[in-house]
Amino acid sequence: MKRQLRFAVGIGVILIAIAYFAFAGYQEGKAYYSTIDELSSMGPGADGRRLRVAGIVQPGSIVRDGKDVSFTLAQDDVHTLAVRYSGSQPVPDTFKDGSEAIVEGQRQHDGSFEADHIQAKCASKYEAEYGKDAQHPTDVDMNGGEAKTDAASGDSY
Amino acid sequence: MADFGNFAIAIALTFCAFALFSLFYGARTGRRELVKSGERAVLAVFAFTTLAVVALEVLLLRSDFSIEYVASYSNRDLPIFYKMASLWGGQRGSLLFWSWILTGFTALVAFRNRQYAGKLVPYTLGILSITSAFFLIMNKFGANPFQQLVVDHGDGMQRVFTAKDGNGLNPLLQHPAMVIHPPMLYLGYVGFVVPFAFCMAALLTRELGAGWIKMARRWTLFAWIFLGTGILLGGRWAYVELGWGGYWAWDPVENASLMPWLTGTAFLHSVIVQERKNMLKVWNVSLILVTYLLAIFGTFLTRSGIVSSVHAFAQSSIGTYFLVFLIGISAFALYLVLTRLEFLKSDNQLDSYASREASFLFNNLVLLAACFAVFWGTLFPVFSELIQGEQVTVGAPFFNKINIPIAMFLLFLTGVGPLLAWRKTSWESMKHIFLWPVVIGVVTAIICIVGGIRSIYPVMSLSLSAFVLTTLVSEFNRGTRARMRNTGENAITALIGLVMTNKRRYGGYVTHLGFLLLIVGFTGQAFTTEGWGEVKQGDTFTIGKYDFACVSVQDISDPNYSGMSATLDVSSKGKKIARLSPEKRFYPASEQTTSEVRMHHTPLEDVYVVFANIKEDTEAAVIQVWINPLVSWVWLGGYVLVGGTIITLLPNRRERRIAKQKRSVEKLLEDAELVSK
Repeated sequence: MKRQLRFAVGIGVILIAIAYFAFAGYQEGKAYYSTIDELSSMGPGADGRRLRVAGIVQPGSIVRDGKDVSFTLAQDDVHTLAVRYSGSQPVPDTFKDGSEAIVEGQRQHDGSFEADHIQAKCASKYEAEYGKDAQHPTDVDMNGGEAKTDAASGDSY
Repeated sequence: MADFGNFAIAIALTFCAFALFSLFYGARTGRRELVKSGERAVLAVFAFTTLAVVALEVLLLRSDFSIEYVASYSNRDLPIFYKMASLWGGQRGSLLFWSWILTGFTALVAFRNRQYAGKLVPYTLGILSITSAFFLIMNKFGANPFQQLVVDHGDGMQRVFTAKDGNGLNPLLQHPAMVIHPPMLYLGYVGFVVPFAFCMAALLTRELGAGWIKMARRWTLFAWIFLGTGILLGGRWAYVELGWGGYWAWDPVENASLMPWLTGTAFLHSVIVQERKNMLKVWNVSLILVTYLLAIFGTFLTRSGIVSSVHAFAQSSIGTYFLVFLIGISAFALYLVLTRLEFLKSDNQLDSYASREASFLFNNLVLLAACFAVFWGTLFPVFSELIQGEQVTVGAPFFNKINIPIAMFLLFLTGVGPLLAWRKTSWESMKHIFLWPVVIGVVTAIICIVGGIRSIYPVMSLSLSAFVLTTLVSEFNRGTRARMRNTGENAITALIGLVMTNKRRYGGYVTHLGFLLLIVGFTGQAFTTEGWGEVKQGDTFTIGKYDFACVSVQDISDPNYSGMSATLDVSSKGKKIARLSPEKRFYPASEQTTSEVRMHHTPLEDVYVVFANIKEDTEAAVIQVWINPLVSWVWLGGYVLVGGTIITLLPNRRERRIAKQKRSVEKLLEDAELVSK
């Protein structure tokens, strides 16, 4: 029994260490998901908190400056958010007018968003619906009707 | 053709149902002829699933855009190679591909054990058929790849129509690594179904001896190696194709493939303890189970998109299928384990920290902890929304904070574990074994610190690597010398002979060497330098010790794409070392932009150059540069890891001879039984 106890102590020490690392990593890496709508109604409390915001890149809003990019994220055409991305990685290839993007970073006092991380939904992981996506002209045989698929269920390779 | 494919799936499903019935019922009642026909049915399931796959391939090659799947993932100008690969380019096709591999493995198990007369194999085939049935049902009803393209004219009427051209395979996926990466992953994921089936069959039949463990171990190794290769190829693809300078991003899809690989690794280690000491039986059964569930869950995670976008969950019809199946199988497996606990009793206990058993225990502990951390981190957005009502994601810092120390501990165990004796290692022999490795490890640490490395993990990782390398070299050295003395062979023949006569042990060491190289490669990430420059013809900029001179920026065009290319001369200390031409391409068919990364590799570092974008006002090219140390070591480590595992998997001549003898005895007995009847 004494032996078992000795091993229990060792296992306990390791698990506690891992739990500590998990907690520290969580504090460092956590980001709260928020919609643009919520963000605009949020008080100054959101400042300083790491946030993750998703939206559609408003067509025509992309302004590139060196490797930084400024653009407007839109949520159902009503709520918008001015974003400036200045992370170390270049903007992904899937980022373009009308694409769905997720940015991570902090909201500034003036209400704009400073992002250091950006993801743009690429077709492989998040299938674009034909029809809905105005950026995707589809070839249609019959009087301009639109193709419809239910492939929205998220794909990868 | 689509009808043909649909029909083939339906027939496969029918045979599958028949196989299920005849295998379980036949084995239970001891009716051999019923079991035999069940085995044949399993082969038929594979044959008809193959026909369905062929049908989809024909549709893809013919560019039949009346089929929704073909229209979504292929286009007329796509090279044939990629047209065929579109089979696994999207959800529906890849799920059919999954079924095909699974039914293939099932057929293989049936074929290889065709002479087997006991209960274990029929039950195994039955369990395999349950999973096959689930996937075939999904192929037929949940995610049918043969569905026709329909169009709604706004009047609520859905009409069939044919698109003029397809959407095309995502250009990012048009890369050779991407063509073999998914099949590798799938062979891995699906491979884990087989050990699970053996395990469940052993529980059902209560034949929990050595038989199932041997089969489960071999199949786990097989699946493990494919999954590992798949993960590495995925990393390689991300590195070469995505242009963000790295190969691993803790993306949910990557994590999904890592989790079963971690638990599989844990099983491959703890199974040794069961073989040698008859311990950890419940643990091993649980590991197999968890690995299987994680493999299915990984497929689900990859396919349903629940994490990337939690809100898509409800829309995805296959999500429900998977959830029901996972819960059902878990409940069933748990019931089996709990009702058979008495057969899973351990014969031995742990004695000392300085024992092989203890090192296996800790290896398993931290591997499972790593897996749990990855699981938790990946699903954190889902959990936090359920509990707090607020979606919280944890990023790379979370995963790194936990997994780097765990990797360090594992590396330490890799050096210590294989050299410790079973039960207990005496202090004297410890001193004898570990004196040199410890000395070399400490010396390496001192060199690193003097050399200017100030962060703790890189020093630790390099010093531990040196320690482990020394233990490995000394093991090979000791064995080779002993063999040279005994046989009089020269060093090389003796080394090869040594490895070949004890493939499990030395193959394992080679695999450990691969792991070590991987860790050294990962350590390089701590020293990455990056920077960027805006250049026009004639401009220069400097990143780290490299100078970049822009030779030209020009337009490029190709039938498939158009774009821009920047040509840069890379030099170091005035000496030209490479000319790199990164490109920015635009593919009109899929309306996508891609960055073509260019690299200069040396054993010590990669110079990684990306055409980030073009400045609209000045028309200068923005070039992003990474200097990534030791990345080649990651790929090298991958090769060594795979090579080591292949050595371990090579058939053992002696084992094969014994198996053959056993089979002929069984045959004799069977014949004798027939005569006596």
